Amino acid sequence: MLEHVQLDQKTINKDLLGGVLGTPSWWLPTVLFLTLVVFTGLGAFGYMMNKGLGVTGLNRPVFWGFFLVNFVFWIGISHAGIMISAILRLTQAEWRRPVTRAAEVMTVFSLMAALHTPLFHVGRPWRDFWVFPYDFARGVWPNVRSPFVWDPSAVMTYLIGSSLFVFIALIPDLAVVRDRAKNVWVKRLYSGLCLGWRGTPRQWKLQAVAGILLSALVLPVFVSVHSIVSWDFAVVIGVEGWHSTIFAPYFIIGAIHSGVSAVAMLMALGVWMWKLDKYIRPDHFDAIARLLIVVATTWFFFFFLEWVFALYTLEGPEIVLRELQVFQWPYSALFIVFIVTAYFIPVPMWMFKSVRRSAFWMLITTILVNVGMWLERFIIIIPGLLRRQPLTFDWGTYHPSIVEILIVAETFAFVALGMLLFSKLFPLIPLFDIKEGMTNRREFKIGRLTIPATVRE
Amino acid sequence: MLAKKSVLGLFPEGQEDMAADALDALREEGYTHSEYEIITGTPYPEGTFGEEEPKHTLFRWPLMGAACGFVVGLVLTSGTQLAYPLVTGGKPVLSIPPMSIIIYEGTMLGAIIFTVIGIVIESRLPRLFMGAYDERITEGYIGVAVTTDQDRVGKAEEVLKQVGAEEVKRGWES
Repeated sequence: MLEHVQLDQKTINKDLLGGVLGTPSWWLPTVLFLTLVVFTGLGAFGYMMNKGLGVTGLNRPVFWGFFLVNFVFWIGISHAGIMISAILRLTQAEWRRPVTRAAEVMTVFSLMAALHTPLFHVGRPWRDFWVFPYDFARGVWPNVRSPFVWDPSAVMTYLIGSSLFVFIALIPDLAVVRDRAKNVWVKRLYSGLCLGWRGTPRQWKLQAVAGILLSALVLPVFVSVHSIVSWDFAVVIGVEGWHSTIFAPYFIIGAIHSGVSAVAMLMALGVWMWKLDKYIRPDHFDAIARLLIVVATTWFFFFFLEWVFALYTLEGPEIVLRELQVFQWPYSALFIVFIVTAYFIPVPMWMFKSVRRSAFWMLITTILVNVGMWLERFIIIIPGLLRRQPLTFDWGTYHPSIVEILIVAETFAFVALGMLLFSKLFPLIPLFDIKEGMTNRREFKIGRLTIPATVRE
Repeated sequence: MLAKKSVLGLFPEGQEDMAADALDALREEGYTHSEYEIITGTPYPEGTFGEEEPKHTLFRWPLMGAACGFVVGLVLTSGTQLAYPLVTGGKPVLSIPPMSIIIYEGTMLGAIIFTVIGIVIESRLPRLFMGAYDERITEGYIGVAVTTDQDRVGKAEEVLKQVGAEEVKRGWES
């Protein structure tokens, strides 16, 4: 990092615990609004439970609507959170320091949001636990050949793994809050949470090894989860467009594209809402934007390949599906919005240094990417199901109902609310990581230039 | 057996050399590495204070966890399918590809959970009694704690003062 502000540990504590030990003025109104949206969504869910799935727009042949689109979207967001944190830790990228915690926490809340919609989608959520092998009395066990058993096992593994990862990396910072807390009960709470952390060389060494080890363990889980999500589609018989051999890597790179964008969006929000501009510098935005150009272009290559494979075979039903996606209203409009917002607006903009280094433009472009990537999932799922049957009297259409829209809105509010509540209890930027970066930073002179450098073991 | 007493010397942020000198001085006075420890609010490169390299066996934990997770996954997938042999889609009751997915997730989950347990145990946590500690350590101060026999704690305090500790505190007993 060429630009930095050298700060002592006391200042770092004061700045980064500002949201925990104090409350920004915007925090409470925002939390109340998001809580209202969450409860409205839950009310819609209650209504759906009372009346049945008939209140949604789901009908033959489209039984996977907004709920499944949203599920894939949030799984995607969750992936890059931990992926970016894990890869940056493993490669010891210096610009990871202010980014990792928020990325990891976003993973946890996104996974929870992702789990909402399939649980609602099944129609009888009180029987969701049937996917777990629990019934020793009846001797009825889940069918492990079904993707709907693979999904919960993979997502739960990822959720447990990511939550533990977040907790382990939080322990030293919990000790800082413990030492700064004035209220005796708050002090006791954080004393318990930090497990009596002191900061001995042994504890620091294990903390460093833990970061590397858990990163290495979470990465293969991350790859498996989105692969399994893609197989939810790929193993379904009779839906054109879902059987591409590149589906698993295509889904993974799509997840990384939307997830890394979400991390950049969080960084911009951190600068704007928590005034973290001393810690999240233009250099950090520049680095993540460069990464995004590579990720977005790789994703676009997979998208292109999927279309080439689909069209090159000249199979009638496949061609018809592609025509539906590109030329028939309203999918044609959605397709244009998707491709323009997911790639053709943000990537050329990221070519400009002034955009890459601007929190405002990074916020705008990364929001655009996620609008596009949500639509990408919609365009994969809905048109495929519309013409699932070869007989035209079985063809159908899909219009999301207000119930589905409210439930989808609830998941967005849930993630935002979760992040805000987390930020009130725990620091969103890892203090010890920032302090380590400051401690290991030195400046040296070459000619008339003074260059900051980081010492690494 | 006599109770152990602790003394803590505090060195301001940026005085890493002084803290390292304190450890050297303690060694010269015959204190062993089990009697003194350095406490910091941020990770420093290993050996910054001339302390001994901490040994750990964390790498064994994920292997143990992975083995346990693999066995649980295998037993779960094969056992439940054999107990309830429902043929679907013409697939064999024990179908390797879907079983491998669950077994893989079980293996990884076992490895992660055991790693986390390993990190906590190897870090000597949870710790009910903090021992020699000061809240200023998480504000940048470097602490040198000596926990030794009651009759030797006075000498340790003297050494810490001699090397220039900003403050020396006593009063912990273990």
